[in-house]
Amino acid sequence: MSNLLILPIILPMLVGTILIFFAKNHSLQRVIAGITAVLLLILAFYLAHEVYYHPQQTMILELGNWSPPFGIVLVADMFATLMVILSSIVGMLCLFFAFKTIETERAKHYFYPFYFFLLTGVNGAFLTGDLFNLFVFFEVMLLSSYVLIVNGGTNYQLRESFKYVVINMIASAFFLVGLAYIYAVTGTLNMADLAEKVGVLEQQGVLNVIAIVFLFVFGAKGALFPLYFWLPNSYYGPPAAVSALFGGLLTKVGIYAIIRTFTLIFTHNTGFTHDIILALAGLTMFFGVLGAVSQFDFKRILSYHIISQVGYMVMGLGIYTQLALAGAIYYIAHHIIVKAALFLFAGATEKITGETSLYKMGGLLRSHPLLGWLFFISAMSLAGIPPLSGFFSKFALILSGIQEERYVIVVVSLLVGLLTLFSMMKIFMYAFWGEQKIPTEKVDKKETMGLLKPIIPLVILTIALGLSAEPIFQFSLGVADQIMDPSNYIDSVLNQD
Amino acid sequence: MEILMVVVVGVMFTIATYMVLTKSLLRVILGTVLYSHGAHLLILTMGGLGTGAAPLLSTEGPHSDPLPQALVLTAIVISFGVTAFLLVLAYRTYKQHKTDDLDQLRGSSDE
Amino acid sequence: MKNNVSLQTVTRLTVFIVLAFSIYLLLAGHHAPGGGFIGGLMAASAIVLLYLSFGMKKISKVFTISYPYLIAVGLLLAMGTGFIGVLVGDPFLTQYYDYFYIPFLGTVELTTALIFDIGVYFVVVGVALFSILTIAEDDA
Repeated sequence: MSNLLILPIILPMLVGTILIFFAKNHSLQRVIAGITAVLLLILAFYLAHEVYYHPQQTMILELGNWSPPFGIVLVADMFATLMVILSSIVGMLCLFFAFKTIETERAKHYFYPFYFFLLTGVNGAFLTGDLFNLFVFFEVMLLSSYVLIVNGGTNYQLRESFKYVVINMIASAFFLVGLAYIYAVTGTLNMADLAEKVGVLEQQGVLNVIAIVFLFVFGAKGALFPLYFWLPNSYYGPPAAVSALFGGLLTKVGIYAIIRTFTLIFTHNTGFTHDIILALAGLTMFFGVLGAVSQFDFKRILSYHIISQVGYMVMGLGIYTQLALAGAIYYIAHHIIVKAALFLFAGATEKITGETSLYKMGGLLRSHPLLGWLFFISAMSLAGIPPLSGFFSKFALILSGIQEERYVIVVVSLLVGLLTLFSMMKIFMYAFWGEQKIPTEKVDKKETMGLLKPIIPLVILTIALGLSAEPIFQFSLGVADQIMDPSNYIDSVLNQD
Repeated sequence: MEILMVVVVGVMFTIATYMVLTKSLLRVILGTVLYSHGAHLLILTMGGLGTGAAPLLSTEGPHSDPLPQALVLTAIVISFGVTAFLLVLAYRTYKQHKTDDLDQLRGSSDE
Repeated sequence: MKNNVSLQTVTRLTVFIVLAFSIYLLLAGHHAPGGGFIGGLMAASAIVLLYLSFGMKKISKVFTISYPYLIAVGLLLAMGTGFIGVLVGDPFLTQYYDYFYIPFLGTVELTTALIFDIGVYFVVVGVALFSILTIAEDDA
């Protein structure tokens, strides 16, 4: 038992609540929010440190002193803490970018409080050990995301947010349906207990149906084929700081939930479930990248790339070996950081040129060389060029695919990698290379530097993740080892001393 | 009794699907509300519609299972919040776009 | 607005009954049907009734509280009860209770869960009225 586990959840919630009182005072809001974001990052690292040196490498907290499986538990294993660290990094840097770009008008409409409520939901979803509690934190996260996505209230935002909310509400209703079924079959909602009970029942018949219901629900939130159609339009509307946070984090919460449930609970019929996941992974990446290739808008290309890269993460789960899962975990870390960086670049160029359409941009490299080259590094990392982080994670995934003789998915993922490179080069050629189309003298260098400051750490991180691939890959293998063997998780929750 | 309730849930989901597929904003919202109500009812039903006593220490056993009710209450609170937000959002959308027809809210692909 | 004498007369009476009942529900919630959510909804419905029968302007003069602040106070109360456990060294959200003698009421069980429920009550009243008034203010 350690109350440390509740802090990454309760701290942003507490601060978000306090910020409601200061909604009118923009500068004070910034100060409080900034300090909290830094604190949250320190806290996340401290938690990870504690968990890493814990004898079982898993810590739990029984909320309200109700012992599992009756009460709600929070469980922090290495995978969960890694995700908390990533969410804190991206949360902090997107917040700093928001300081530069969010207008006072938006801040007055509770931008910062809901920003922190969103982080509450995300961290809660990573740390919870109870399936119903996962639903609750999903809803906390989604409700905040609804507010953030509509914040500002332009015509476009209102129209697309409505669809986003309705789709998510339907998915949530099916989440409840899945919970109802699994409660009827097993009589429990604690994940560790579920893992044990589903193992005893050998995952026959109806349990497979339930597994697919959950796959549908998390797939809708994580933008898996064929449920990704809502993503590009809704991520286009909000300001860049919000798109970056959503693009980096929100879909990954869905992916985290898929990985968690399909490595812990539904693991006894992998020939059925994990093959479906693998097929979905291939289709997701292929159609996502096709969408990206066909688009000519900075933000939309990036949005479609979220979809195609979700495919890589799920591919690791579908292959289901230690190496593949390690690759998927490495890929998630790489993706969260690079995707947030790219969306912030889109925001910075939008701020400079006032445009997101690639047709109207051009020649930014001449006036803003630093911006251009930093974007180039991140784009190459996304496409998987060595020695950047994207290369090593994809390498592990493809290697494991060859080892398991899943050649179709290997070919698809290589082809998708090629197309990713193509569409990233397209952005670079049209927006940064060539003749200057929009006079950019209005924006002075100082302001551009201000916009770049929050992005530079992300770019450094992607380079660092690539250059230190060996230790990070060892760490990912450790995490994968832990989640491949659910007995550790089950023991630390149910059989404590 | 359980069979009957499951059929009711099915009917609710059918109506909800129909409503969500219509073009009016308000009907879509009512559809999502019906979806959540159907799901809540399903949780209660799947928990078993027992005839046990209220799950309080002062009553004689056998007790009925208290957990589905707790789950449903939480789910109701959440769907209350989301529905309230969705209604405000739909109203704003209607005000700004001057229409509640989703066909006209489709938007073009190159904006 | 038309002069709704009968509605206003009935409202004057019923609002207090409904508000009193909502507080009863809040307090009864620990061992009997009721609780912060139901009580809060009932209180919100009473206040909406006031708005309906007397008009936005009049009631806004009487109720000067800002609903977002009410939500925030409620959230802080609810979270605060969670922290009691942390301070004592028990897990977050641990609940404590004891029996107290209160004049006129006799021995009463008081729990920290009640504070949590009061927080929920505030949040529900705040959210319900905030969302209803957002739409209503636009129309007026």
